[in-house]
Amino acid sequence: MTDILQSLIETVGEKAVSNRAEELWFYARDPGVLEPHTPAYVVAPKTTEEVQKVVEIANRERIPVVPAGNGMSLTGLVRPLKGGIVMDMKRMNRILELNERARYVVVEGGVSQGQLKAYLEEHCPHLRHSIPDAPPATTVAANVAIHGQGRLTQQYGFNSDMVTGLEVVLANGKICRIGSCSMGPYWFSKGPALPDLSGLFLGWLGSTGIFTKVGLRLFPNKRIRDVEIFVTDRIELVEDIIYRLTHTEMAEDISIWFQPKPLMFKDNYHINVYFTGDTEEEIEFKRKMIWDALQVYIDSKDGGFMGVQPMKPMLLEQPQRSVAAFADVPKGGGFEYSGPIAPIEKFPEYTEKLLELAGKYDLLYAGAARIISGGHAMMYGISFAFNRADPEMMARVKEALDEATEYALGLGGIPWKPNVTEQQIAMRMMDPNTLDLLRMVKDNLDPNGIMNPGNWEVG
Amino acid sequence: MEATRKLEHGDLVHRCFRCGYCKFPSEYVDFNCPSYRAARFDTFSPGGRMWLVRAWMNRELETSPHFAEILYSCLACGNCTEHCVYPRFKDYLTDIFEEAKAQLVDEGLIPPPVRDYFKAVSVNGNPYRLPQEDRGKWVEGVDVEAFSDQEYLFYVGCVGSYDELGGRMARSVAGLLSRLGVSFGILGAEETCDGNEVKILGEVGLFDELAKRTIETFSKKGVRKVITLDPHALNAFRKDYGRLGGRFEAFHYTEVLAGLVREQASAFSAKGLKVTYHDPCYLGRHHHVFEPPRDVIRNISGMELVEMRRNRLDAFCCGGGGGNFFTDMIGPGEDSPARVRIREAFETGAEVVAVACPQCAKMLTDAVKAEGLEDRLGIKDVAEIAAEAMQA
Repeated sequence: MTDILQSLIETVGEKAVSNRAEELWFYARDPGVLEPHTPAYVVAPKTTEEVQKVVEIANRERIPVVPAGNGMSLTGLVRPLKGGIVMDMKRMNRILELNERARYVVVEGGVSQGQLKAYLEEHCPHLRHSIPDAPPATTVAANVAIHGQGRLTQQYGFNSDMVTGLEVVLANGKICRIGSCSMGPYWFSKGPALPDLSGLFLGWLGSTGIFTKVGLRLFPNKRIRDVEIFVTDRIELVEDIIYRLTHTEMAEDISIWFQPKPLMFKDNYHINVYFTGDTEEEIEFKRKMIWDALQVYIDSKDGGFMGVQPMKPMLLEQPQRSVAAFADVPKGGGFEYSGPIAPIEKFPEYTEKLLELAGKYDLLYAGAARIISGGHAMMYGISFAFNRADPEMMARVKEALDEATEYALGLGGIPWKPNVTEQQIAMRMMDPNTLDLLRMVKDNLDPNGIMNPGNWEVG
Repeated sequence: MEATRKLEHGDLVHRCFRCGYCKFPSEYVDFNCPSYRAARFDTFSPGGRMWLVRAWMNRELETSPHFAEILYSCLACGNCTEHCVYPRFKDYLTDIFEEAKAQLVDEGLIPPPVRDYFKAVSVNGNPYRLPQEDRGKWVEGVDVEAFSDQEYLFYVGCVGSYDELGGRMARSVAGLLSRLGVSFGILGAEETCDGNEVKILGEVGLFDELAKRTIETFSKKGVRKVITLDPHALNAFRKDYGRLGGRFEAFHYTEVLAGLVREQASAFSAKGLKVTYHDPCYLGRHHHVFEPPRDVIRNISGMELVEMRRNRLDAFCCGGGGGNFFTDMIGPGEDSPARVRIREAFETGAEVVAVACPQCAKMLTDAVKAEGLEDRLGIKDVAEIAAEAMQA
């Protein structure tokens, strides 16, 4: 037995460490199309102190350590690009504090989205968090680490904007609290009015520290949720439709989707508008505001609201199972998407590119966009499904997505949860002084290059 | 390069996206895959297992003791089948795991406890290594006839026949059926193993042999309707015996009791007992028998039925499924399925956990002891509860 293995076993216990072929094979990959990278060890710590000790071992031995949630970013962010230790965080699954009146919750670094949803439904049903459409096994910490989005992103911004505090294990093994929780018992602010140090960790994909606790904002959970779908076949109107809808400030969530199958959906752009209320009067008022905002396009016969009754259970479900179901459309168990964050005005150009790429690479596509922060930007999802038993199709998906990213970033977008190639494209396009700053942050926080190395690594 | 391994449903294996819906119950309150809940590496989840099976079929992974441990830690509880989001594919999840285990059996590379289980059943006709003539001993003290031409055969199975707790449960059921006037008989020493666990653990040849032997006995005796004590036997009878020539109807004892207790409800009363019911996987998720056991309890005046957070299709397995009752592949500890389930039952405030399966009864009784709750939580089978509530 190696010294490292022995040290890991002494830290987390024998059952929570593996260097066996099966765990190494599994944790080498995610469900996307990127090639695997095999770790030397997989560990599953249960406490912050165990995380700290594992990081100290990694730092002492100069081997990488890669935190992993459920591995569903699909962009290979939990693959250990330079080997080392994959740290499965999901045993750290305690919900530590619910501050109902200040509307925040503090969770450990492995709490799943599903678990938090169930907890709030049971203990505090009038509050909710911004649930992503990723599967429920994905973790809250991983979601904010990649600047994830959720069902409240249109109203309140990226899910990482909703963080109210962090506990982070740094590369040197120090446990560091970020925000109001660094000064006292309350987790109400991740930064303001202090210098906001959360930016040293959020969006860094685990390459500057490992989240062991996350404070998260909660929001009123209204008694009634409803949805309307506006449909138009005139892509050039989408930006204005979104502008009008966001002006009303009535919508909780706005997303746009288009897909070639079934044929009734082909060549149409569907704009889902979710809204909530505590009473029927509130709901009907919001519905009227939303309809009124788009009446001009109904009158001009450029669009209209479609009947949604049969689809409502699926549309209102959180998280939405149908998102994962897209992977099985080619009966092949996979899809991957590029998700640039970009101005909404780019919707027509991105869509044209998506259709071009689907044709060029002979791929089944789905397009979707989620509006962020009341209309400052959108996450544009360029999704291709693939058959996992067809390596050649998977290679085409990868090529198509690389091309999509290059295009999207060239038009002013920025990459969301970028894979290594996308990070490199972004750094190539980045202002040199900004890049220098990025390097300084990384070098200072992780001088030995052990934290999820290969990611946000300035060459 | 060696050829890839083939499984009957091997062409479906790649369709798993490993999204993880299979780990949860409907409302995501906790992980509901017992082996994943205990082990916590994703390799022990249904998606992880499926991906490993694919790698093993492609010979990216070789058969190893750890691979076998991962496969055999599946309890076949069916939660993954229930919650997987891929229609049609989901129906074959546990079949694929069973086929992979069968392949390990063919390769002779199975964990020692599984090997020992097969040996015991093969040599002794039961996993307890006890004589065949002892099969009828459970009935001592109860006035039950041998099966001749009664309406039902009461089939007890290995656990009911040889395990002390199982025997107590069998006597409760038999006694209550008698008191309620049901026409039934038993096979006693002529009863043979139903083979359900043998099949789940991958010894298909031995299962076929056991099933044919049982079918032959049933045919000779003219059995047309069977009441099973054990939902595991019910599963084999309903799911597999038909294709092997079995021509009889099978019922779980709670299905028979439910109607009788309802008809004679005035004869049943209890003094303020709070009960929670644990759904056995092979009765609930596998055969959708959810209400009959609850109806028995509900029809006893003075009895309050409270539900655990995870119930019916979302019930959490006690850890006895998939042969783990005999092989203990998951092992003990505070994260063992039975202990997790007992803590959940205790949270309801119930005084008694009602069970409808001798394997659940045993697993949960042991867990109550491990949790130190002997004085606060009892385990009783549905028939025992009803029998105690039946006025003389």
